[in-house]
Amino acid sequence: MAETSISTYRSAIIDALAEEMRNDAGVFLMGEDIGKAGGVFKQTEGLFIEFGAERVIDTPISEPGAFGMAVGAAMTGMRPVFEVMFGDFMTLIMDQLVNQAAKVAYMSNGQFTVPLVVRTTMGTGSSLGPQHSQSLYAWACHVPGLKVAVPSTPADAKGLYKSAIRDANPVLIFEDRMLYGLKGPVAVGETSLVPLGQAVVARGGRDLTVVAVGRMVQHALKAAERLSEDGIEIEVVDPRTLLPLDVETIACSVRRTNRALVVDGGAQQYGAGAEIAQSINEAAFDWLDAPVMRLCAENIPVPISRTLEPLVQPDESRIVAKVKELLVGHRWPDREDDSP
Amino acid sequence: MITSSAPPADEHDHLRRKFLVETYRMMLLIRYFEEQVRSLSQGGLVPGLVHLCAGQEATNAGTCMHLRKDDYIASHHRGHGHCLAKGARPHLLMAEILGRQTGYCGGRSGSMHIFDRENGNLGTNGIVGGGIPLAAGAALSAKARGTEQIAVAYFGDGALNQGLVPECMNMAAIWSLPVVFVCENNGFGEFTATEDVTAGQSLLSRGQVYDIPSVEVDGMDVLAVSAAFVEARDRARRGGGPSFLLCNTYRFGGHHAGDRQDYKSEEDARLWRDRDPIPKLAMHLKAAEIASPAVLQDIEASVEEEIQAAVQFAKASPAPESLDLRVQLHG
Ligand SMILES: Cc1ncc(C[n+]2csc(CCOP(=O)(O)OP(=O)(O)O)c2C)c(N)n1
Repeated sequence: MAETSISTYRSAIIDALAEEMRNDAGVFLMGEDIGKAGGVFKQTEGLFIEFGAERVIDTPISEPGAFGMAVGAAMTGMRPVFEVMFGDFMTLIMDQLVNQAAKVAYMSNGQFTVPLVVRTTMGTGSSLGPQHSQSLYAWACHVPGLKVAVPSTPADAKGLYKSAIRDANPVLIFEDRMLYGLKGPVAVGETSLVPLGQAVVARGGRDLTVVAVGRMVQHALKAAERLSEDGIEIEVVDPRTLLPLDVETIACSVRRTNRALVVDGGAQQYGAGAEIAQSINEAAFDWLDAPVMRLCAENIPVPISRTLEPLVQPDESRIVAKVKELLVGHRWPDREDDSP
Repeated sequence: MITSSAPPADEHDHLRRKFLVETYRMMLLIRYFEEQVRSLSQGGLVPGLVHLCAGQEATNAGTCMHLRKDDYIASHHRGHGHCLAKGARPHLLMAEILGRQTGYCGGRSGSMHIFDRENGNLGTNGIVGGGIPLAAGAALSAKARGTEQIAVAYFGDGALNQGLVPECMNMAAIWSLPVVFVCENNGFGEFTATEDVTAGQSLLSRGQVYDIPSVEVDGMDVLAVSAAFVEARDRARRGGGPSFLLCNTYRFGGHHAGDRQDYKSEEDARLWRDRDPIPKLAMHLKAAEIASPAVLQDIEASVEEEIQAAVQFAKASPAPESLDLRVQLHG
């Protein structure tokens, strides 16, 4: 057994960054307020003190230029971890991300690589409103050349960061702000690595597979306990990485349970939920007893109101209800006219 | 405004003379290269658009040739001249422009996305202004690694209106990065004249507001470009931070090889043509007895031969195999 200790999601990430910065002098951090201030969510606390201003660089509020500089640094021997303060501001770095970082290895035919990590925060629950609460990872997933991870536990957060920093490619990691305080066991040193592109069965079950993304995994696990009281055992699969997506682990689970629900805190339209659902259709159609269903964020901007905001993303209760609906209500319609 | 044509102080006279002849050779190489690209393009052999830099050789050679092999450049859509002056081999460059497997990027990237790692070329760029942060980031990396490498960001006057310019100038200044911002001001962005889309009394002030040493240069005079660039290069190399060079130049052709250029005034075009940087340098070389007419003729002949060989090589090169489609999606 690997040595573990209990850590929060936040400090698991800080530990990953610190370990990799100690391991490799090329690793450095760039972002707004991450240095002296220690991050607006205390998500880089202590790093400035240990590593100094040269390796924990406070950038001006110039996302496109500063991120582009991280790309240039990555092309020339460094391993930057660039922080976009809110995931909503991914829109500002899109050109350098999509047209430069993601394509350099391909366009240069391997002459240059871009070993770079983008970290950002997302999700509802902080009453921050329509421009600070989106979960835009599906945008990044549309771009060949990128890798995208959405860790749901402290252990995965640490392990995925360590792998991402060592990867030769641009990797985006989306952190749900509501997870920062979540506690869990985290391994130390090399044993903590979690490979990119590998899903995990977070909870075993026989009746239905819930594939949940990011914080939705935590909601699904709670829903599983409630459903268990009613004799329903759901399996919860956490893809951990959306790009590349580990379709095989997901499909294996569905082939056992014969039903699938995809739970995603991102927008439903053209979203990650649709991609996962269709991947299940293609890999496990013959095993399905019911259509694959999605439970995603509402297709609306995230309102700031304390009564409206909680309605946007799926939660434990909505997962419970949807699972029940899928188990009883959603069977294939009887086909009366099968003959030609 | 500094438009000195004084020789770089740190170069020995003999070396300087030799270097000037090499500079002439490079400018001619770029011109002949571009002429061939134009005719190949008209012959339908070049996939996509090509943006030729004929007329701008003084800003290409007068900057790039003063760099070390391991210094970085990031160029733009009109970047063949930068690639060549930074050391790219004409036949591999030509093959890439024709989309052949032997080209710098295996034929997948073409004229607008040429990378040459060996020579520190971070790519010509299809996004106007897109290369500016790449060069500034390379300078950040060079500084962090303590290598005394420097980086040059090339961009046109059109790109001067991209937010990336002030953003990167600000960061380069506050972090004192070894980067030279070189604006090749040819008066047009595509088909639109600079003055129609650019506010402000002085383009030079775009560097000055960040306290970046900023110089306006006659971009048709390679000696003037060289002098200003060497000063900027040395400042960057010794830790003195960024510089901004505004090089006034002209593209003899249109925006791309097929552009009919109805929007240009014939009078203007003639005036600029009279200032062609290549004969201008040839006259200087002869007048200062640095190279005789016979030597210059030999150079012309050998450049012509080199470019013909490059064209033959590129034309004879195979197209990429379908197996290459997915290679290097990830690094
Ligand atoms: C971001 C972006 N916008 C528009 C274009 C289309 N475009 C290609 S070249 C060009 C003009 C660029 O002008 P300038 O920077 O002055 O360079 P020049 O062509 O004069 O050398 C434009 C608008 C583009 N490639 N990228």
